[in-house]
Amino acid sequence: MSTVSRESARRAYLAELQASPGRAEPPTTVSGREVAPLYTPDDLPGFDYESELGYPGQYPYTRGIHASMYRGRLWTMRQFAGFGTAKQTNQRFHFLLAKGQTGLSTAFDLPTLMGLDSDDPRASGEVGRLGVAVDTIEDVHDLYAQINLHEVSVSMTINAPAIVIFAFFLAHAQERGYDWKKLRGTIQNDILKEFHAQNEFVFPPEPSVRLVIDLVEFCTKYVPQWNTISISGYHIREAGATAVQELAFTLADGFHYVEKTLERGLDIDAFAPRLSFFFNAHNDIFEEVAKYRAARILWAQAMRERYRAKNPNSWKLRFHCQTAGCTLQAQQPEVNIIRVAYQALAAVLGGCQSLHTNSLDETLSLPTERTATLALRTQQVLAYETGVTNTVDPLGGSYYVEALTRQMRQEAEAYFRRIEEIGGVIAGIENGFFRREIAESAYAYQREIESRRKIIVGVNAFVEPEQTPIEILRLDPAVEREQIERLRQIKARRSREEVERHLQAIRRAAERGENLMPVLIEAAQARISVGEAMQAMADVFGRYERPPTW
Amino acid sequence: MNASSKRIVLAKVGLDGHDRGIKVVARALRDAGFEVIYPGLWLSPEAVVRVVAEEDADWLGISILSGAHLILVPKVLDLLRQQGLSHVRVVVGGTIPEEDVPALLACGVEKVFGPGSPLSDIVGYFRGSQPVPQT
Repeated sequence: MSTVSRESARRAYLAELQASPGRAEPPTTVSGREVAPLYTPDDLPGFDYESELGYPGQYPYTRGIHASMYRGRLWTMRQFAGFGTAKQTNQRFHFLLAKGQTGLSTAFDLPTLMGLDSDDPRASGEVGRLGVAVDTIEDVHDLYAQINLHEVSVSMTINAPAIVIFAFFLAHAQERGYDWKKLRGTIQNDILKEFHAQNEFVFPPEPSVRLVIDLVEFCTKYVPQWNTISISGYHIREAGATAVQELAFTLADGFHYVEKTLERGLDIDAFAPRLSFFFNAHNDIFEEVAKYRAARILWAQAMRERYRAKNPNSWKLRFHCQTAGCTLQAQQPEVNIIRVAYQALAAVLGGCQSLHTNSLDETLSLPTERTATLALRTQQVLAYETGVTNTVDPLGGSYYVEALTRQMRQEAEAYFRRIEEIGGVIAGIENGFFRREIAESAYAYQREIESRRKIIVGVNAFVEPEQTPIEILRLDPAVEREQIERLRQIKARRSREEVERHLQAIRRAAERGENLMPVLIEAAQARISVGEAMQAMADVFGRYERPPTW
Repeated sequence: MNASSKRIVLAKVGLDGHDRGIKVVARALRDAGFEVIYPGLWLSPEAVVRVVAEEDADWLGISILSGAHLILVPKVLDLLRQQGLSHVRVVVGGTIPEEDVPALLACGVEKVFGPGSPLSDIVGYFRGSQPVPQT
């Protein structure tokens, strides 16, 4: 491009802007990044196609981890579901599979996420409310009843008690005759982001990470197709982080897990191919696409160059995506369908491997069957009607997207250096670094909305005076009573000595630094509950408490 | 009475860890000159009431995004009454469906701020409302 034509384009732009009643302030992305009115090759000085992009399916995977992407195979449509008892959730699973969903994703209730039994006084009012209640292996039997675990991949969103729930799952698979080597799925098992953002942690950071790595180590040997950690930026973003913070903190967490697993003496290529990621799909389409692309190149480079992985599968960043729950509004809830559709578009243009689309009613409750179906249909329209799947990485080469990708990469690298300077991820958790950074961004974002520098349709603009209430999924209060009664019966059938023997074995393995998975699988078979197993570990590790940061 | 004499305890009750909203509200109220006490996550109703008593708070703001508000909020209000803290004015924020608001008001909650409530409304509410004088 000649200097003359560029200069005249700029003058024309300024002249048009002055003549039109355009936006007074320069626009910014959702994360507050200033955006230039126009991107040209000048915004990519020294751009090198081979080293910065490469071809899809080839290092550094900026354009995607598969050569054929969605032409070869669509992303997995994996809707997160869970409420009430395991039997109720199992029915919802069968409903979703019948509607064309291609993978399962399990949501657990708050007591389970916190490692508490349904009969714990702290669980009162929360049993089965935000997900399914799981106390013992019996609940896992019900949860995956009539689901062929050799054919359907199962995802489990569980963190602090991940190792316990996974022990239940493996014991279930064994009792039902499935071969562990053929099981496919993902367990979130990402405790670091709980400390940064999601706040469902139980033990202090270091023993918590040890449990994560116990699971990685065990699966590497015995459950080789299982994705052992879903390293998650989703919750970091939901807590208010910017896109770059989501990107940087998630990858930094990933590096920490890699280093801790290497310390166990595992070969990088033995476990790295089974690490996966989970990102948010927020409102700003191009910023989100750039984020996923930057994540892929950063991970590939670190895995190959820093950690010396040789297997290309170790270099590939595979990710699940979920549309941003925090963007959903209670005002004019039908409008959420449109937000979700655009966010899903960003995820797909960014090359996700699986996707959850939120339901329109999720600001207020779990989705009803009608809204859950609509959310799934949103993905099906995107996949089959819009043509976005026809070509690989259609935004590759866009001056804007490539400039953003490069910029976000550099900003993430600056965060990596900062995290190193403060002493690493665990130090950053303990001194509140991550939480402070996120809280600052959350507050800045809210102020943008308050001042109407950012417009949210139906909230600070285009407000409707009258609200049409929507139908809401109500949880039957009998669920909690039923679940507690069921647990009481299971507990009553066990021998006290047998239970104590298992809990003692858990404590001993915890103390000696042995991998906890084997004793937990035996405990699962003996109907030890989540709460009992977690308490046995807490006897050794302690429970983590910290003052709030805001 | 000026704004700075109002002490506000903000509390997360139950197991829900969604603290983005409460932290943003805490900052906005502090920036507006209120004394804000936010004791952190996972408080039981008993623990909340203990903090309110210890801090001699004029207000209690409860944040719940777990859907358990119809169970947990009435418990807190009962305990406040039992402890002779009925003068403490209670507001609730979080994912509260419109149709649940009357039940919360009936048990003694003064105001509910649902999703999308502007900070200016929340701050304005506290500014415009004077604590009831203790007798």
